[in-house]
Amino acid sequence: MGVAALLSFLYILPSIPGFSPLPAWWRYVRPLIFAPPPEPISLGLDLQGGMHLVLEVDTEKAVEIAVERRVAEIQGAVEGEGISVARLERRGTRQIFLEITEEKTRGAVERILGNYPEMARSEEGRTQFLLTLSGREVAVIQEQAVEQNVEKIRNRVDEFGVREPLIQREGDRRIVVQLPGIKDPERAIKLIGKTALLEFKLVDERSRDRKIVEEALKGKVPEGAEILYEKVLDPQGRVVDRIPYLLEKKTVLTGDVLTSARVQFDPDTNDPVVAFALDRAGARIFGDITGKNVGRLLAIILDGNVYSAPRIQNRIPGGRGQITGRFTPDEARDLAIVLRAGALPAPVEVIANLTVGPSLGQDSIRAGVQASIVAGILVVSVMAFYYRLAGVVADLALLLNLVMMLGVLAGIQATLTLPGIAGIALTIGLAVDSNVLIFERIREELRLGKTVRSAIDTGYSKAWVTILDSHVTALITAMALFLFGSGPVRGFAVTLAIGILINLFTATVGTKVVFDWMTLRGMRRLSI
Amino acid sequence: MEVVGKTNIDFLGMRRVAFTISTLLVLVGVFAAVQIVRGRANLGIDFVGGTSVQVRFEQPVELAKVRRAIAASGFPESELQQFVGGHRLFIRVKSSGKPVTGTAAAIGEQLREAFSTNPFIVESSNEVGPVIGRELQEAALWAILVSLLGIVSYIAWRFEFRFGIVATVATFHDVLAVLGVFFLLGNEITLLIVTALLTLAGYSLTDTVVVFDRIRENFRTRRRDSLAEMINASINQVLSRTIMTSLTTLLAILALFLLGGEVLRDFSLALMLGIVVGTYSSVFVASPLVYEWRMRGRRQAVGVKRQAQSLH
Repeated sequence: MGVAALLSFLYILPSIPGFSPLPAWWRYVRPLIFAPPPEPISLGLDLQGGMHLVLEVDTEKAVEIAVERRVAEIQGAVEGEGISVARLERRGTRQIFLEITEEKTRGAVERILGNYPEMARSEEGRTQFLLTLSGREVAVIQEQAVEQNVEKIRNRVDEFGVREPLIQREGDRRIVVQLPGIKDPERAIKLIGKTALLEFKLVDERSRDRKIVEEALKGKVPEGAEILYEKVLDPQGRVVDRIPYLLEKKTVLTGDVLTSARVQFDPDTNDPVVAFALDRAGARIFGDITGKNVGRLLAIILDGNVYSAPRIQNRIPGGRGQITGRFTPDEARDLAIVLRAGALPAPVEVIANLTVGPSLGQDSIRAGVQASIVAGILVVSVMAFYYRLAGVVADLALLLNLVMMLGVLAGIQATLTLPGIAGIALTIGLAVDSNVLIFERIREELRLGKTVRSAIDTGYSKAWVTILDSHVTALITAMALFLFGSGPVRGFAVTLAIGILINLFTATVGTKVVFDWMTLRGMRRLSI
Repeated sequence: MEVVGKTNIDFLGMRRVAFTISTLLVLVGVFAAVQIVRGRANLGIDFVGGTSVQVRFEQPVELAKVRRAIAASGFPESELQQFVGGHRLFIRVKSSGKPVTGTAAAIGEQLREAFSTNPFIVESSNEVGPVIGRELQEAALWAILVSLLGIVSYIAWRFEFRFGIVATVATFHDVLAVLGVFFLLGNEITLLIVTALLTLAGYSLTDTVVVFDRIRENFRTRRRDSLAEMINASINQVLSRTIMTSLTTLLAILALFLLGGEVLRDFSLALMLGIVVGTYSSVFVASPLVYEWRMRGRRQAVGVKRQAQSLH
């Protein structure tokens, strides 16, 4: 009994405000009692403020991207062998369609397609091929996409600098991100949710002809080209106009060859820009492309939006460049972070965002603690008033219950949330009920004329059955809540379950020990 | 000290009145449940998806102006709730099926523009997509079903099947009654309220179990009494415990209700209602139901016996 109380007290010691820094002896005691690292019970986001995000990964898009990459590879290979192709395109998200013009190149095509065993091949006529990505490969791609997303988001959050973030996969395609104490939630969402796919595409030569551009804007986009827009912002950052660009569909380079990205200031305008450097392979491709296309426009595209399309003045050998746009310094810094951390392999959508400001968190704590204290005082005084000495014994058991509960919570390193506090309050209610049951029973036995000793014994043994039943039913509810509840409801269920188990012990054994001790010392009349 | 001493109240005699009241309560509850299923009730955004924002202004604001500002950000239907002194404002916009990201930011933007001389801070914001809402609804339903099933089986095992069923009926009665009251008050039914409902289910069950325990005990020790006497005596014997526990718990939760802040207010209201209804049902509904069932069962058994005799 005493041991359990002492242990609990030692466990919650780090959480008590007056005890930091911890006394020196605690360090020596800690290994003996298997205590967790000396950290206070951590507070939930609803109490300390912060942000809870649930992201859903668009895994279908990841599959599409993977198929698209294979299309590009096959394109390169057939071009390399000089095979003339009538059509090569992605169909739906999982299929590739290839049509060649001459039947005699069939053998060579089959050899190339042989490099893709994960794609089932079905022929439609002598010159047409339909490739379908196998279900197994689809599952692998989706799985990897989610895993890599978790990894990239973790990198971004780490660079952003949040204390004790939690980034966790949940289910098949979801990622839960918890950022305690975040100051600017909108900015954090942008940082985490941005796909940050950086692409370089050449502006199509045909766009010199205004007519072709106008036709394209009406929906008749010429073969091998696409329309993307540049957003024009006013000083407040609102979109006021969108400039269309007719670009070559082929991506010449993507952001995964980036080795660094950082904020610099344009010496002319003093606007922040993001300067980047490419790795050696990337720099070589960049050099080739710029060398071959001097005089043309090269568009820098981020997540499907054109940021700028500077004219290539001459070959750029070093693999360095910069992204301009009307950035605020914060935006530029965040863009540099996401570019360094790398693009998300698949886009994510925020499907839930629960944010609590730090001031509200403090309000909640104060309200919750205040309410609990008042509730506690009320209950304790009612018990002492109504059951006299026995009530005081019960009150001590309540206190013990509370200490042990916090001890267990600290021991399992649980997070205390507002519903958790409600759970503690309810446990107190349950504890009171157990004592009331016992005491009423003892009173009944005393009324029947039994001695104090035997009234206590029968009172306890008869009430025990009822207490057990009521605790088990409450425990069943707590378990159901835990199994099906999420986040805060779970916290409630955990504290409730812990409270129920501890109370079963303190109410039936704890107080009994005290009463036994009293009767052993020869108590004749029980003040109850 | 004793609040209620030894009593001898004929609770079974009042069962007709009690059953009438309870039927009414349950009917309201069932109506509420049907409306919830049909989507006509005030379900929280955690169940249907949508956005809620809580802001605190430096000076009190005019609701109509807030409403106009929010309408300007593309949400013509918003629910507003103002707290103490008009500084604090709770804004809710239900989901339109579109992705929810940025709704809170858009609302904040409009408010900043409309109240440029009255700065505010966003104290909390929730954006919940409709998918999550549906999942939570489903999970809540499962939690209710599983906990009820578990409890019925436990009680059926510890007592007898009839007790298990009656205890469940009484529990359903309590949950439906509180749900009905919430529906009539127009209060929002959120995940936290469902948690409260489940907790009060556990609480009311405890109350019922305490009475059943005594009935079971008296079955063994007072075999000569009639069923009615035995059940009445059982309820009277545990009455002081029932009242004492309910009052103490009620006190504790009253403190949560008054001081626990906005987040816990509806939660504790549900619990308080639950304690009142739960106490009532364990005394006036559960045990009388056991009585009715037993008596009917006996009458039927007697009838079967007579039929069997007349065949001879």
